[in-house]
Amino acid sequence: MQRLLRDPRARVGLVVLAVVALVALLAPVIAPYDPSAQLDIARLHGRPPSLAHPLGTDPYSRDVLSRLIHGTRISLAVALVAVTLSMTLGVVVGAVAGYAGGLVDTVLMRVVDAALSIPRLLLLIIVVALWGDVGVVGLTLLLAGTGWFAVSRIVRAQTLVVRELDYVTSARALGAPPARILVRHVLPNVVGPGLVAATLAIGNVILLEAGLSYLGIGIRPPAASWGSIIQDGAERVSDLWWLTFFPGLAILITVFACNALGDALRDLLDPRQLASRDLTARSAPTPDR
Amino acid sequence: MSRQTTIAAGAMTEGGAEPILSVRDLTKHFPIKKGIFGRVGGAVRAVDGVSFDVAAGETLAVVGESGCGKSTTGRAILRLIEPTSGSVRFNGQDVLALGAGELRALRRQLQIVFQDPFSSLNPRMSIGAIVREGLTIHGLAEGAAADARVKQLLEEVGLRPEYASRYPHEFSGGQRQRVGIARALSVEPKFIVCDEPVSALDVSVQAQVVNLLQDLQRDRGLSYLFIAHDLSIVEHIADRVAVMYLGHIVELAPVQAMYSRPIMPYTQALLSAVPAPEPGVKRERILLAGDVPSPANPPSGCVFHPRCQHPARDAACAAIVPPLEEKAPGHWAACIKQPPSVVSWEAQRAAGGTNPPDFYLPVSALHRSADGAPRAHAFTPPR
Amino acid sequence: MTAPPLLELDDLHTFFYTDTGVARSVDGVSFSVGAGETVGVVGESGCGKSVTALSILRLVRAPGRIEPGSAIRFEGKDLMTLDEGEMQHIRGNRIAMVFQEPMTALNPVFTVGEQIAEVARIHGGMSRKEARAKAVEMLTLVGIPAPEQRAGEYPHQLSGGMRQRVVIAMALVMNPALIIADEPTTALDVTIQAQILELMADLTRRLGTSILLITHDLGVVAENCSRVIVMYAGEVVEEATAVELFGRAHMPYTEGLLGAMPRVGGESERLATIPGTVPPPTAWPAGCRFRDRCPYSWDRCEREHPPLYQIGAGHTSRCHLAEEPEHRNHPHPPLAAQRGASAA
Repeated sequence: MQRLLRDPRARVGLVVLAVVALVALLAPVIAPYDPSAQLDIARLHGRPPSLAHPLGTDPYSRDVLSRLIHGTRISLAVALVAVTLSMTLGVVVGAVAGYAGGLVDTVLMRVVDAALSIPRLLLLIIVVALWGDVGVVGLTLLLAGTGWFAVSRIVRAQTLVVRELDYVTSARALGAPPARILVRHVLPNVVGPGLVAATLAIGNVILLEAGLSYLGIGIRPPAASWGSIIQDGAERVSDLWWLTFFPGLAILITVFACNALGDALRDLLDPRQLASRDLTARSAPTPDR
Repeated sequence: MSRQTTIAAGAMTEGGAEPILSVRDLTKHFPIKKGIFGRVGGAVRAVDGVSFDVAAGETLAVVGESGCGKSTTGRAILRLIEPTSGSVRFNGQDVLALGAGELRALRRQLQIVFQDPFSSLNPRMSIGAIVREGLTIHGLAEGAAADARVKQLLEEVGLRPEYASRYPHEFSGGQRQRVGIARALSVEPKFIVCDEPVSALDVSVQAQVVNLLQDLQRDRGLSYLFIAHDLSIVEHIADRVAVMYLGHIVELAPVQAMYSRPIMPYTQALLSAVPAPEPGVKRERILLAGDVPSPANPPSGCVFHPRCQHPARDAACAAIVPPLEEKAPGHWAACIKQPPSVVSWEAQRAAGGTNPPDFYLPVSALHRSADGAPRAHAFTPPR
Repeated sequence: MTAPPLLELDDLHTFFYTDTGVARSVDGVSFSVGAGETVGVVGESGCGKSVTALSILRLVRAPGRIEPGSAIRFEGKDLMTLDEGEMQHIRGNRIAMVFQEPMTALNPVFTVGEQIAEVARIHGGMSRKEARAKAVEMLTLVGIPAPEQRAGEYPHQLSGGMRQRVVIAMALVMNPALIIADEPTTALDVTIQAQILELMADLTRRLGTSILLITHDLGVVAENCSRVIVMYAGEVVEEATAVELFGRAHMPYTEGLLGAMPRVGGESERLATIPGTVPPPTAWPAGCRFRDRCPYSWDRCEREHPPLYQIGAGHTSRCHLAEEPEHRNHPHPPLAAQRGASAA
């Protein structure tokens, strides 16, 4: 963790994400207005940013800043829950496939290959088209269910390396049953790459949610997510630009922060980096850290 | 061609003592998969019919160069790699016939210490948790009793008990190797496979670990299968030595006999290649031609014959598989050109042999004479 | 002394600026290598021998740095004053390096012939055809059978010993004056090691190349080097001819190393050990750096950092015993042993 904090990308990413998370948590406190209240349909119809409404109002006279603040809750919650679920699934499937090998591995990986060959957005649209209105929970589960394929591949590759290491052989020699080996020796040593993929995936999922909401799938009005706010303003980009610009900016900043953190994490956990650190350690031995 | 052995009947221990571990015709072939359909097209014969015994309290060293099958042998005995065929008996129990549950129970008695002090410890577990794991698995101790046992084990291998909460990366190679030894000892085994436990260590640390292993053996009556490529360290720790080449044991003898009268020409070459710390004394050296052949396609007859320096080597060596036979009491070797041999000169001639067997022992293979005295001036350790 | 030595290190300091402090990996090393000489540098991991080798070629990378005031004189030039272009000319042309792991020293996507030929073209300005012929000639020189055919093979098709021969062939293309060999046989089996060492000895005899042989293996040093430099904790602690060092080691660390070394034909049942571990390079102890592990240390060793004492012709030792030999009569358990043999 200390080494992570030394990376400026990680510091920036963590600070930005902390601010975003704080905004989501304290939404009712800091939002100046009720996000779905139509304040004054006659006078506050699509007004540009002003002192009273720093990010302007939308065609229904709702305060965009308040909607954006509350939208953070949904966007972030959907992203975090979806990514957590898909990472867990991906890590477990990858580790089991990699450690078990043989038929289990072959079947699981062929399924993953097939799923990976279809673009994710297309997959989501097909599913939503078949099921119709899915709601926030449904959307989250869908995003989770379509997000674990790549992670499971990464984790499986890592597992293939780890299972040949002597400490795993040693656990077998001690008489440890396979489940114990998987949980105590394999999983803790393969989650690193999964964690990196997860951080990078958060940004991706926020974008997907926004995209789907923009297409009218997922978050239903009057609930606000970043994507649905953009959808509200999509047809009026030329005159009501503040409707799309500010949520777009929020997405951009959050995705950027996630990716910065993910890059820093990846550099930190990259086995090649570890190896090169070992090399320099050999030529310039530091005391046993 | 049948691979007959003259030893399968009697015990292969010194003086015929009852063995704790008995290995017969152990074989491990790794299939070579070809093409996209995974057709099996041949096999790497990593271990090819290995037989030996280890007596209680004894150290049997297995030496050989990389790829000779010594590590695979060690792991196949513990069934960390499933052997292709053969038999392994431990304390009279048929190890290869055990089910998964029985095998896990047996692992209390058979342990292993690894070569690489870096990959052999789980980086995400504390030293204490690593040593404690065996206690938990076999239900030997729990809670405070387990803590106390872990501390005791750490002390026994020369580490401070308060290190239990530290992680592997905080330790040097030698210290990690001690942790690996403590982990193996935690289940109170009778037999430990030491798979090159000191090869990755510096000279002074290597000596510390070798001494530790010897002390533990003396105190606990352990038996070791000590796998190594370094002939000089083996001489210090082993009672008997087996030399492996291309999946076969080519010689097996007590240390004194092995180093004073090596019979198999490969052993002779191996011994002569060890650099001696005697500057100014120019030693003759048997330089083997070429490299070790591929174990996927081993030479016919004696696997060593293409590189052999024995003056009597001939066509018979390429045709006849030499049996590992007892050439002198307790001294087994596989060479039809080193008398006595059950493969008679007549039989060799029938196989195309032109040179009758004639005992050969080049002086360059010897580091000490038959009575045990060092052959050349040896360095006397400092006061 | 007549001609100046081929290579002369004068007060070389190479420090690494790490998160945990400044690691003084090479801390004032001076020695020389004469023309046609094979000099051994021995020591355990962490003693600074490999960093010394990299420093000579100025291949130390950040966070490492060769400190100002260090001098590396080679063929009359101070390498510290050269720019990167001139340094590149020295590397490969005049000084070549052979590493421990031959697989990583070769590029897996080119044939070994192409890789040798490339050196000849870049440094020797040869045409493609000449370079190709040179590659085969070099493979022949290092004793590779069927060199024409082997030149067309890729590194993974060769055995470890063959690869190391190829690396040596690459090092020899430009007929350098000095080869720095960093643990050249450590990754090889003992019979292959014998072949490679024989090859190197033969090449120095025929070509007059000097070799700086860096190794942890005292046996390798004894058989191949005329002069030996022992390093400990970033410093040279003893230097002598091989015969002198193995017969009359002075520095207690050298004695300890020789005692801990198992040897074929050795008598003693139990190996001597050096208690304790090498101190971290970020915090070398004041006074003698070996003091805690030494069986003869006394109060002076704590107070005063020992210089390299001249104790015989061409024999130096960094130990106060040179001035007060009577302390050798009172060995005691080293401090490290009193504190517990393997304290971190």
